[in-house]
Amino acid sequence: MDAIFLQILNGLDKGGAYALIALGLTLVFGTLGVVNFAHGALFMLGAFCAVTLNRLLNISFERVSETEKDFLGNPRVEKVPYIEQWFGPDLAGFLLDWSVPISILLTIVVMAVIGVAMERGLIKHFYKRPHADQILVTFGLAIVLQEIVRHYFGANPIPQPAPDIVAGAANVGSWLGLGDNVIYPWWRLVYFLFSALVIFAVFAFLQFTTFGMVVRAGMQDRETVGLLGINIQRRFTVVFGLAAVVAGVAGAMYTPILPPDYHMGMDFLVLSFVVVVVGGMGSLGGAVLAGFVLGILQSFASMNEIKSILPGIDQIIVYLVAVIVLLTRPRGLMGRRGVAEE
Amino acid sequence: MLGTFSRSDWLLLVIFSAVVLTLPWTLEPIGAAYPDLLQKFAIYGIFAVGFNILFGLTGYLSFGHAAFLGVGSYAAVWSFKLLTMNVLPALALSIAIAGVFALLIGYISLRRAGIYFSILTLAFAQMSYNLAYSVLTPITNGETGLQVRAIRKSAEVSLRDGDVRIIDQALGIPEVGVPITNLFGMKMSGYPGFYFCAVLLIVCFFIAMCISRSNFGMMLKAIKSNQNRLNYTGIHTRPYLIAAFVISGMYAGLAGSLLSITDPIAGAERMQWTASGEVVLMTILGGAGTLVGPVLGAGLIKYAEQKVSSWNEGILHGAFSFLPEPVQDFVVEFFSFFVGEGWHLTLGLMFMIIVIFLPGGVMEGFRRLRRAFANGASPPPRPVATTTPIAERD
Repeated sequence: MDAIFLQILNGLDKGGAYALIALGLTLVFGTLGVVNFAHGALFMLGAFCAVTLNRLLNISFERVSETEKDFLGNPRVEKVPYIEQWFGPDLAGFLLDWSVPISILLTIVVMAVIGVAMERGLIKHFYKRPHADQILVTFGLAIVLQEIVRHYFGANPIPQPAPDIVAGAANVGSWLGLGDNVIYPWWRLVYFLFSALVIFAVFAFLQFTTFGMVVRAGMQDRETVGLLGINIQRRFTVVFGLAAVVAGVAGAMYTPILPPDYHMGMDFLVLSFVVVVVGGMGSLGGAVLAGFVLGILQSFASMNEIKSILPGIDQIIVYLVAVIVLLTRPRGLMGRRGVAEE
Repeated sequence: MLGTFSRSDWLLLVIFSAVVLTLPWTLEPIGAAYPDLLQKFAIYGIFAVGFNILFGLTGYLSFGHAAFLGVGSYAAVWSFKLLTMNVLPALALSIAIAGVFALLIGYISLRRAGIYFSILTLAFAQMSYNLAYSVLTPITNGETGLQVRAIRKSAEVSLRDGDVRIIDQALGIPEVGVPITNLFGMKMSGYPGFYFCAVLLIVCFFIAMCISRSNFGMMLKAIKSNQNRLNYTGIHTRPYLIAAFVISGMYAGLAGSLLSITDPIAGAERMQWTASGEVVLMTILGGAGTLVGPVLGAGLIKYAEQKVSSWNEGILHGAFSFLPEPVQDFVVEFFSFFVGEGWHLTLGLMFMIIVIFLPGGVMEGFRRLRRAFANGASPPPRPVATTTPIAERD
């Protein structure tokens, strides 16, 4: 029982990341009709926004220490971040400690700009082209983006710290009366809650605002909305920016769980596409559901008990589920008739 | 089938063969005439020609073709380890196994079309790649890669570390150390290896030409331009698609086998989806749906890969030495982005530029040039297969 509960928890944070990326993919596909293979690269760029902020905060100058001596007896030269000099050690320590959550602010701005630029500069010209062309051009873009990141940040993963207060593990079991065996890293819980919050916000935005209503109408019947005198194109551009922001913050918050490297986007992209297809192309709810289901299934498959029965199942479970779903329910779990049938 | 060949088709075949066989001399001036690279040209040419049978003719974009390449390489190395260092059994085994594998994957994936097909093939390829790295290590030797070894001393040594080579042993062929692949005694490295690959490339090209000119090929092109209409006429398209998929899988298996023949080590990274992306790029760079295009694309990419990734700042400084010092530094700084380690960046940019501006690839570019020069005098261009389906004309 404990083990099962723990595996469900384990699946939640990964599932959260899948769901957020898949949500963006589905939004873009549903509104613009574009298959975006560069979406994983946006996730990766978000993660590197967090890295960049951390580096910016750490920019230091050297100062000769007044009190401490090194082992030769000379005054020690110590590095002091500029922010410590400007804001004092308390605030600077706080900023450094919380750099990952704070980086969300930076990520939102950067990703919104990148998203809109990408849509206006490249994707716009591919609405009418076949899906194969869209896949190929965004695939090329993904390679370009990740190579640029590699040029500046190198090929090695760059670990990011979670804030101290949530760096440890939470005794989830004792809250729920399951005994003390169920302990779970705080940050992963935070990530799950964060992803749930973002998903909720996106749905609320689409469901309860006029803007969202127009976008949903545009997803149903773009032409009619256009005939009503609404500039649906501009709204879809905003939606693309929104999808980029969602992928970006998902990446930024994921950095303490998985140290980002330049090809993390590709790794997540393949899985997220599978998630979208399992959920049903064009179905937002399906994307979220499938994201969490596949995340949890993946963590179950990596249990030793299951691996001993079916060796290697942890490596292929997601793809296997995708194949089975596509063959038995061709539209995915929650896909609707007429949306992206072929 | 050969009756449908026009005179220009034969001419094309003869010219193609002549060009391929004289590559060691014609490529001398651009510094590409060494066996290693020439072999790669021929091998990836075969891979791309095979991929084009599926993508170019039917328009089905498979994102998992590297899986067949990988399976072919593993099958060939196992043939070297278990049977003989002669390359013919290895070829046969690779093609057969890749064919069966393609039939299996194709049978399932081809239930769906469009983007779903792309993702299904991608999923299968990733599955094979992940399995090759994890539970299949007894067969694939995991990250180390499967290699040809010396004959094992006793039965206790695992087959991964010591070979048996039943046929060679029965024939009493002497071995010193780790043997080299051969074709009845002719060593398959260096130029003989290239000519072996080149002859196979020409054979494959010929077969692809036959397919493209046959009724079967016509059916595949019909699937690309309007599958619905075919269905309405009462034609069941799936058998044709499966046949095309299996054929192109066998081409990939052959290419993988040749990779192992020229360099007898097989690793799982050949199955990764970036490798699948590479063959897609080769095909569209040359021109999907054309005969010569994919070979041309494969050559261009492999050449660029070899050259661009070997350049460094020193070479760039040499190339731009005519510029004044500060400008030179700036230009070198800029270009060093794209060379050496940054080769993949160049690849990605090439990918984008081709898809954006020239979806028909280099062959389309040639055609446009010819049209521009023969302005008005030439008959209207024949509709050609590109990545875009040909518009309906009623």
